[in-house]
Amino acid sequence: MHPVLKLIAQRLALSVLLLLAASVLIFAGTMILPGDVAQSILGQSATPEALANLRAELGLNDPPVARYFAWLGGALHGDLGTALTNGRDIAESLGVRLKNTLFLAFWAALISVPLAILLGLIAVRYEGRWPDKAISGVTLASISIPEFLIGYLLMYFVAVKLGWFSSVAMINDSMTLGQKLNAIALPVMVLTLVVLAHMMRMTRAAILNVMQSAYIETAELKGLSGFDVIRKHAFPNAISPIVNVVMLNLAYLVVGVVVIEVVFVYPGMGQYLVDHVSKRDVPVVQACGLIFAAVYIGLNMIADIVSILANPRLRHPK
Amino acid sequence: MNDQLDYLASRVTARKMSRREFMGRAAALGISASLASSLFASAARAAGPVKGGTLKMGSVGGESTNSLDPALALSQVSYHVLYAFGEKLVNVAPDGTLEMRVAESVEANDDGSVWTFRIRDGIEFHDGKPLTAEDVMKTMERHSNEESQSGALGIMRGIQSMAVDGKNFVVNLTEPNADLPYLMNDYHLMIQPNGGMDDPATRIGCGPYKVEVDEPGVRHTFSKFENYWDDTRGHADSLEILVLNDATARMAALQSGQVHVVNRVEPKIADLLRRAPNINVYNVGGPGHYVFIMHCDTPPFDNNDLRMALKYAINREEMVDKILRGYGTVGNDMPINAAYPLFDDTIPQRSYDPEKAAEHYKKSGHDGSPIILRTADGAFPGAVDAAALFQQSAQAAGIPLEIKREPNDGYWSEVWNVKPFCASYWGGRPVQDQMYSTAYLSTADWNDTRFKNAEFDALLLQARAELDEPKRKALYSKMGMMVRDEGGLICPMFNDFVEATTSNVQGWEPNPDGDTMAGRWSSKLWLE
Repeated sequence: MHPVLKLIAQRLALSVLLLLAASVLIFAGTMILPGDVAQSILGQSATPEALANLRAELGLNDPPVARYFAWLGGALHGDLGTALTNGRDIAESLGVRLKNTLFLAFWAALISVPLAILLGLIAVRYEGRWPDKAISGVTLASISIPEFLIGYLLMYFVAVKLGWFSSVAMINDSMTLGQKLNAIALPVMVLTLVVLAHMMRMTRAAILNVMQSAYIETAELKGLSGFDVIRKHAFPNAISPIVNVVMLNLAYLVVGVVVIEVVFVYPGMGQYLVDHVSKRDVPVVQACGLIFAAVYIGLNMIADIVSILANPRLRHPK
Repeated sequence: MNDQLDYLASRVTARKMSRREFMGRAAALGISASLASSLFASAARAAGPVKGGTLKMGSVGGESTNSLDPALALSQVSYHVLYAFGEKLVNVAPDGTLEMRVAESVEANDDGSVWTFRIRDGIEFHDGKPLTAEDVMKTMERHSNEESQSGALGIMRGIQSMAVDGKNFVVNLTEPNADLPYLMNDYHLMIQPNGGMDDPATRIGCGPYKVEVDEPGVRHTFSKFENYWDDTRGHADSLEILVLNDATARMAALQSGQVHVVNRVEPKIADLLRRAPNINVYNVGGPGHYVFIMHCDTPPFDNNDLRMALKYAINREEMVDKILRGYGTVGNDMPINAAYPLFDDTIPQRSYDPEKAAEHYKKSGHDGSPIILRTADGAFPGAVDAAALFQQSAQAAGIPLEIKREPNDGYWSEVWNVKPFCASYWGGRPVQDQMYSTAYLSTADWNDTRFKNAEFDALLLQARAELDEPKRKALYSKMGMMVRDEGGLICPMFNDFVEATTSNVQGWEPNPDGDTMAGRWSSKLWLE
């Protein structure tokens, strides 16, 4: 077998194993949350009879191990069960939320990733001069401000004062793509500002690292211009760390944007998860946890595979 | 100038002039903007409601876990959704009287132990089926039977049996209760087809609006139900309730005109919002109160002197000023205030008195160890700050309080009604009997102060069966004094409902019975 294929197969197997381990952790984690589902559903006004009735109905009296395997079996068949709190099919409601989350993440990534890499390249080209310093300064400032504050500032100036975009990024199926893009304009801006610095700095550092190599000097000596050296010789060799940090940020865009969702009232998965955690709706929390874990592991696996493929020593073994 | 103003107002009443035009002309006459605005509102009100448009509300308190099942409703969004598509036997009107809705009339027998509700003719469910007394009975059964998970289960307890007699729905009580019709005002008791026995979370209701989109935790939309029986309600063609849990997002949506109505305006920004253009802010005192509760049966709180010491050691005025920013009134260590019928306003107001507190503290013989007060942000808005203020005012009286901050998560299951001293809130009830039987009767499930007093219980039952109002008022006054002087409740403040609308919304009517006109914004407001 080709060593690259073998490596990739290893990565895949490892990812599946990791996902299983994550599923155990998720299940165990949801077991040790304080309070119980019945109490959380009925809240402050719960009476003991109502609580006992609800507990029995939800099957909260079965042993946890049996519940884990029943759940895992269902999840493998695509059946995530029904939400304890409102009795809806989880796969269905989660599907809508996941689609929304991916929609937002996609547009944020589409803008932020090329922008970050481009800015990184410019920063390297003008290293130590004003464009480099300006890019670093602005992106570091934007990552240092808490994201909700950037959100509120944009909301106040762009939505309330200027009225350009909506402060409520609520999208639904009856909207056209244009309307949806208009609705998510502000959250996309905030997310771009938040993830830009990390990717930009990493691109800059990775390429600068390569720029110290002897073959870069050779390239310069044979008369290539600054950008050509970076594009043809430095960037391809720096791709592995850049892909890693890009994937990390993509994962963040999918799993870490609950604050932005709350601020802009975006119907994504983060808010959905938080609501169900606070109501101890265990099946939903587990399903969300599993999907988040799968996204994280999947993206990291892609980063690994790209790094492997980008390494000529692995691509062309002796 | 008055003639001209009258003329302008008449143009508004005849719907010949817009708000913008009216404001401009009034300004030309030298009328201040706020006066012009109120003149416009009264002229527009005289014109009667305008039909049509989409009325949008941004509401706090919605989760993706919400269901349409009225029995499970708990937070504000569910409350407003229920009032939009459902209807109960009765409502409590803004002046505290009963307003007949699905029931056309209600009568009691001589001692108040049998109540007969006559069900109104010609009410239809959204699927076209007529509403019958049978549906009403099934609804009440679902909220009171053994499998019930309903938030209204507690108040249905005194019912011995129910029956249908033609168009009448008859309730037999285990003991007389003069307030029974008020209990039917509970918002969980929306009448459903066959009582929701077939499908508890059915979209079919009998309210002024039909459910169109139901995305829990995101938005709910409704369209006008053409066959609704009452033409004077439900002016907009459609409704939208957007779940805006974040306070800043809610205010931004109101200011940028994406919603017309918002609830839960935070007291600290209410005055700022009042100054914003084209926004009206409303507040109304209600029966809701923020409290610190002590378990009367757990040391050291089993000593009445210590309880009195803590009651004297809290500065109520300061709490209203700093926590509610004036949007509320001081409490008097009893769960009742002027928002309740039969309230006795001659009961003396307790105030901050460090000397008396120190005196009682000394008499209690407490060993001087810090008393642990548990609090969390989720206990009530500002609960952590309120606990800190309490700590300081108690310190001045020589009483050491130790604040233990608990996570919001699990507060209602792990701390409230479990730990002996903590911060909490009560939403209040429409009548005194219901408030006392929910939380101060010895046997009540939610007796969160563990107040057990046989004499009090006897008085409560006596008052419940007493149909003579002055006598009843005297009984309630006596009970209030008992809770105030012996109970485990420290009630520093009653909070106002603070809400806001854009200025093109008309028909506002403050109602202390609940959030945003007690849920009736959807059927009573209109867009001009």
